[in-house]
Amino acid sequence: MNLAVNFAGVELKNPVMNASGTFGSGQEYAELTDLNRLGAVVTKGVAATPWEGNPTPRVTEVYGGMLNAIGLQNPGVDVFIERDLAFLAGYDTRVIVNVCGHTVEEYCEVVEKLNGTSADMYEINVSCPNVKAGALAFGQDAKVLEQTTKAIKAVAAKPVIMKLSPNVTSIREMALAAEAGGADAISLINTLIGMKIDIERRRFVLANKTGGFSGPAVKPVAVRMVYEASHAVKIPVIGMGGIATAEDAVEFLLAGAKAVAVGTMNFVEPRTMEKVVEGIEAYMERQGMKDISEIRMD
Amino acid sequence: MSKRKEKVRIADQEQLSPGIFSLWLETPMAEEVKPGQFVGVYPKDASRLLLRPISICDVNENRTRMRLVYRAGGAGTKELSTYRSGEELEILGPLGNGYDIEAIRGKKTLLLGGGIGIPPMLYLARELDQAGVAATVILGYADSKTFLREEFDRLYPTYIATMDGSLGTKGTVIDALNENMVFADLACACGPMPMLKAVKEFAKDAGMKAYISLEERMACGVGACLGCVTKTTAVDEHTHVNNTRVCTEGPVFEASEVEL
Ligand SMILES: Cc1cc2nc3c(=O)[nH]c(=O)nc-3n(C[C@H](O)[C@H](O)[C@H](O)COP(=O)(O)OP(=O)(O)OC[C@H]3O[C@@H](n4cnc5c(N)ncnc54)[C@H](O)[C@@H]3O)c2cc1C
Ligand SMILES: Cc1cc2nc3c(=O)[nH]c(=O)nc-3n(C[C@H](O)[C@H](O)[C@H](O)COP(=O)(O)O)c2cc1C
Ligand code: FES
Repeated sequence: MNLAVNFAGVELKNPVMNASGTFGSGQEYAELTDLNRLGAVVTKGVAATPWEGNPTPRVTEVYGGMLNAIGLQNPGVDVFIERDLAFLAGYDTRVIVNVCGHTVEEYCEVVEKLNGTSADMYEINVSCPNVKAGALAFGQDAKVLEQTTKAIKAVAAKPVIMKLSPNVTSIREMALAAEAGGADAISLINTLIGMKIDIERRRFVLANKTGGFSGPAVKPVAVRMVYEASHAVKIPVIGMGGIATAEDAVEFLLAGAKAVAVGTMNFVEPRTMEKVVEGIEAYMERQGMKDISEIRMD
Repeated sequence: MSKRKEKVRIADQEQLSPGIFSLWLETPMAEEVKPGQFVGVYPKDASRLLLRPISICDVNENRTRMRLVYRAGGAGTKELSTYRSGEELEILGPLGNGYDIEAIRGKKTLLLGGGIGIPPMLYLARELDQAGVAATVILGYADSKTFLREEFDRLYPTYIATMDGSLGTKGTVIDALNENMVFADLACACGPMPMLKAVKEFAKDAGMKAYISLEERMACGVGACLGCVTKTTAVDEHTHVNNTRVCTEGPVFEASEVEL
């Protein structure tokens, strides 16, 4: 049985990875799950310089999911390369580095620093809903997205995955813009913008007022968007949003994703991704499939 | 000391006072947990995803069981309070740094617990007693519906403060501290934020070291999500900014190292 996929030119031993920001740099979960079982580890968003992030409370639970407004706190790309990339080099898995920035120049600066490292691919977060200085704007205007993609592609020595925001009117248009800008792949969905109010204290629960909504509750929206995006473009798609089980992952593959990512559920069950890999094998077995590419709808 | 997610059996659950529950879990984790550490308890209702961080309140003598004492406040902890002995729960742990007993050994110590910050001080008191540390305990409750008080009494001289004045000193643990003129080299405290702020001030004025146990909203409990940070006076070694992860570098901090 073959689970390996060639994703934008990079061989993944299986199409299962984590979603950025929910797995640290992999190190935090290394004693709770076997990183060698994963197709790739996607690291937490990293910028050119250290970012403080938002005030707390930054996270809260909502029905079937959670809200987060971390604000992309990160130690900066230099520390990241020295510490986090070096750690991941000890594992037999691909490394996708999630990149954030306030300006196109900042994205490019990070990418250039990563070019000579062991990173296998870049995932560009143009869609974080929690950062005021405009990262979301990159991902909400098709023209800006196309130009941003072009600028990053011009300096990137590794495949570039543009991570799309679901907080747009037409996900098709955004997928097409990323493709037109030269993206090697796209990933979606990032979090939906949500809000929770504490009715007893009559206050917003999160210090940031709004936060990114993720977890099992968002899955139907994510499946629909992955379907629309992957049928609009030729480049491969990483599907995510609420994946908790192998069955969920198969649903994304059937919707048109070539790879899948598990986010919030890592917090609930650190072995979710391992179980998804095992469950996909079991699904293929009972469907009489030999190759992962047979998981598709006709 | 590796962290793990475990299915554990409930050995016993009882109500100590209105809304306050004592839960004994059968787990090998009891062999290695330190005072000040906590575990994440997962609700079974799948609509409630996130772990509930609860401190280790105690460990039985042969270290086969671990005790949690918690307030059933919100939906998840209310659900937890409905489970009975024999039923199973999923927990993640041991989490957090815990107290460094060696740093306390030989020092005259004050143990301050306020409200639902009282439970973790019991396990600390037990370990300090074993280490031969001289200590005094001050516990702050809302009213006369106290819990765990007798167990502290058995270990150390214990003073009480109640907000309504129905028992001990009327007011907070700080009021009780001032009233009873307790002298110490070091303080360990867990409780609501106003109390921790007061302890931090008190310790600073008295030129005393204080270890405080912080609370913050958590998603992962293992340092991955950066949800649970608190402001630090110096640039943190891991995050490279002025904040640090309560779940990993904490929950116990030296008061002078954090901005409250
Ligand atoms: C390190 C640490 C140790 C703790 N030890 C204890 C203890 O020994 N006994 C005890 O009674 N309580 C303790 N708490 C507080 C306890 O975690 C919360 O009361 C509990 O999570 C609330 O869950 P709920 O289901 O009642 O509320 P819900 O309203 O259903 O909770 C919703 C979400 O908010 C989070 N949340 C709500 N209140 C708090 C809070 N005060 N702190 C952190 N997260 C919160 C929940 O974990 C959950 O993710 C501790 C907290 C921390 C951070
Ligand atoms: C706590 C948290 C932090 C996140 N941080 C990032 C990030 O740094 N970069 C990014 O591109 N997406 C980030 N995301 C979004 C996830 O990668 C993912 O797109 C989203 O959560 C949907 O998947 P899920 O429902 O499986 O969690 C974060 C999500 C969460 C919950
Ligand atoms: S709870 Fe995720 S980093 Fe502390």
